[in-house]
Amino acid sequence: MAKRKGMEVSIAIAEAASMCNVDVVSAYPITPQTHVVEHLADIVADGELDAEFIPVESEHAAMSACVGAAAAGARTFTATASQGLALMHEILFIASSLRTPIVMVVANRALSAPINIWNDHSDVMTERDVGWIQIFAENGQEAADLVVQAFRFGEDKRVLLPVMVHFDGFVVSHVVEPIEMLTHAEVKTFLPDYAPQQKLDIDAPISMGPVGIPAVYTEAKMAGEAVLRDAYGPIVECLDDFGKRFGRTYKPVETYRREDADILLVTMGGISETAMTWVDRARAAGEKVGLVRFRLWRPLPDKDFKEAVKGARVLAVVDRHFSPGGPGGPVAQEIKYILYGQKGAPSIVEFVAGLGGRDVGFADFDNMYKKAKAVLGGATVPPFEIVQVRGGHHGEA
Amino acid sequence: MTIRQSGTPKWKELALGNAVLVPGSSRHNRTGDWRSSRPIWKLEQCVKCGVCTVFCPEGCIAMRRADAYPEADMEYCKGCGICVNECFTGCIAMQEEKE
Repeated sequence: MAKRKGMEVSIAIAEAASMCNVDVVSAYPITPQTHVVEHLADIVADGELDAEFIPVESEHAAMSACVGAAAAGARTFTATASQGLALMHEILFIASSLRTPIVMVVANRALSAPINIWNDHSDVMTERDVGWIQIFAENGQEAADLVVQAFRFGEDKRVLLPVMVHFDGFVVSHVVEPIEMLTHAEVKTFLPDYAPQQKLDIDAPISMGPVGIPAVYTEAKMAGEAVLRDAYGPIVECLDDFGKRFGRTYKPVETYRREDADILLVTMGGISETAMTWVDRARAAGEKVGLVRFRLWRPLPDKDFKEAVKGARVLAVVDRHFSPGGPGGPVAQEIKYILYGQKGAPSIVEFVAGLGGRDVGFADFDNMYKKAKAVLGGATVPPFEIVQVRGGHHGEA
Repeated sequence: MTIRQSGTPKWKELALGNAVLVPGSSRHNRTGDWRSSRPIWKLEQCVKCGVCTVFCPEGCIAMRRADAYPEADMEYCKGCGICVNECFTGCIAMQEEKE
């Protein structure tokens, strides 16, 4: 087992991708993902990784080249953030529909306007429907580990889907953190060489991406739905095997001190680490509160979530994005989908916090908890609250 | 489950990623049925120059008649009218399709 080493998280991610022996990297630099692709470009230029690095003119081209490379049978990696992910949008559907197991890391960042390079989840949450596996890392160790695992479960013959590994921009991507990198030998035993199930081959020609007329399109979409839902099993198998081999176990839904908790916070991404420290403080003060986090976001681990919140009476859901003019934050919406109609389901209090890099600290969690406690006592609250907003919420006197 | 590449397959019968596994599917997939108008030749004005065959984006016009005049394959013609625009003698006109 390797030693823990202080590393910038972006560099660790690039090294992890390199250890997976990727054949093609096609990427366009964008803050805060830049260091990932810069370092991969270095690794390829230095001859440490025998890969094709395609410096494209945009993210649209980056994802297009990834689809082409994966269709030709290459193990393919890319990285992006925010506007870059949005520019890839239409190609993301194609990558999943053609069943090309690309791995992409996304350094989550707010979308313009106003232009903002800092972290929130508006980029990922507007790409929920693209048919990719989506999984969240909360720190650098997780991000590096999940990149290696993403190749394995994405390329699994029962899956063959592209994977997004999300990690927070700046607050995770640019942090120097003690990380235990796997060795080349360890990755080699864990991740088999990529043997594509089908590829473009002049000796055995096939056409990928033909027209799907109305008589076929519905069935094609159903196939995509089925394979993504069924990917749950192979993903969990892979996470478990990784845990057995290397001692770091990841679960589709993670919990922290949830035993006997009346109130559970629900978070995703890097903010979860602050939330865990806050839970420790609250527990020390005698409060019955715990934490639940979605690690796997697509396929949505609904059963795990139901199990994780069993017994809780109020969920305080912290979203990092919301749908303007709509029903509030996406995570809270999906939790309502999971719990709707269930007898004894907990009440849900929704918060939208940390937009465009606004820090969320203990005082904010204190306030959220206070409101959740009021709801526990029978109070009613607005549909959702934008935390720290100056001037009061819309419609408030 | 066998893979079906034509007709109305069930979703489990689709090829991985909906790929076409055997080349030449355009030979049996007829794609002219959404045409709203069709080209009609006035053969007495046609000089057999062949410019319509060259410009047809579907490549579905050929000098295939026994008398070597051009004719469109109506199983593929989309009714775009480019042949009408390009014809030197103005011998082609578009005629609306009826139900």
